Amino acid sequence: MDSVSSTKEATVSNASKVVVVTSGKGGVGKTTTSANIATGIALQGKKVVAIDFDVGLRNLDLVMGCERRVVYDFVNVIRNEAKLNQALIRDKRVETLYVLPASQTRDKDALDAEGVGRVINELKEQGFDYIICDSPAGIEKGAQMAMYFADEAIVVTNPEVSSVRDSDRVLGLLAAKTSRAETNSAAIRTHLLLTRYSPAMVKKGEMLSVGDVLELLGIPLLGVIPESKAVLQSSNKGTPAILDETTDVAQAYLDVVFRYLGEERQHRFIEDQKRGFFGRLFG
Amino acid sequence: MAFFDYFRRAPKSATLAKDRLSIIVARERAGTRVGADYLPQLQQELLAVIARYEKIDLAHVTVNLDKSGGCEVLELNIQLPDAPPAAARPPQPPAVA
Repeated sequence: MDSVSSTKEATVSNASKVVVVTSGKGGVGKTTTSANIATGIALQGKKVVAIDFDVGLRNLDLVMGCERRVVYDFVNVIRNEAKLNQALIRDKRVETLYVLPASQTRDKDALDAEGVGRVINELKEQGFDYIICDSPAGIEKGAQMAMYFADEAIVVTNPEVSSVRDSDRVLGLLAAKTSRAETNSAAIRTHLLLTRYSPAMVKKGEMLSVGDVLELLGIPLLGVIPESKAVLQSSNKGTPAILDETTDVAQAYLDVVFRYLGEERQHRFIEDQKRGFFGRLFG
Repeated sequence: MAFFDYFRRAPKSATLAKDRLSIIVARERAGTRVGADYLPQLQQELLAVIARYEKIDLAHVTVNLDKSGGCEVLELNIQLPDAPPAAARPPQPPAVA
């Protein structure tokens, strides 16, 4: 208990926290991460909502397995065409977990700071502990709206040149084009989540290592998610990977969630453990 | 084969990736800094001033914003023509009585 309460603000639960999951580059695992982190935090009894900001290309509903229950969406709420409670979808597996789906028919210009701010405030009033904003790829309107009200940012990065470059770009935007930046409030807390990591390739010198990426981006490491077929299998089923604790991805995301909530957890999935010296010698 | 591969020191592509990224990331951080988008115009205006005294072209003026350690360095590099003709004089200043 002492170690938890000593880790400063991460554990404060009396105020809602707005967390953007962003990356710049597409296909690096933002939606997978949003779904898993939202589910993982909700499993700890916190009230969590995951908002899909990818207007026109919504996918969070599919990954979370609630696509057939979408009636109203985020844009409907922004435009006062529906009440927030009509658009919120309650997860069937985790009681304190909700999804606010994106519109599939509008485009990203349907989002504006005033409307997004109003919805986020209403979610705070409803007592959500964590508001997870799943950003679309790119650095245009949708991505900027997703990060605008954030208190914290999880920057999802692959150990790959274009992804690292785009993450750096996004870090620049987080420091300049957000509500906190514009009002000179405390800077957004940024966390690096390295996904699709392959320790075996790193060992062979064919992939950027955790250390390389940390050195380049200069933000603290929240966790490393190994490349794994469990990610595809879970999205096939519409069940966030974190719910099947037997997989490496679930373990990695659970670590991330506990670490995020302020627990000390050793980093795993960084070393190659499958093949030893003899494996390489005769493999 | 794997036996020999183990001892061979092939060039590592990850090292290459890291080197390329260090350069591009540093450059983009300098470039996206607020106010740094005046560089092309600065270059043009410098050229206009210098051209009043020396015959040079755009390629001979380079303007760079760099970071070294904690401070930013605005680097101007103006390459003058090799042998200016002895008779060459600056044009009359505009305000001579």
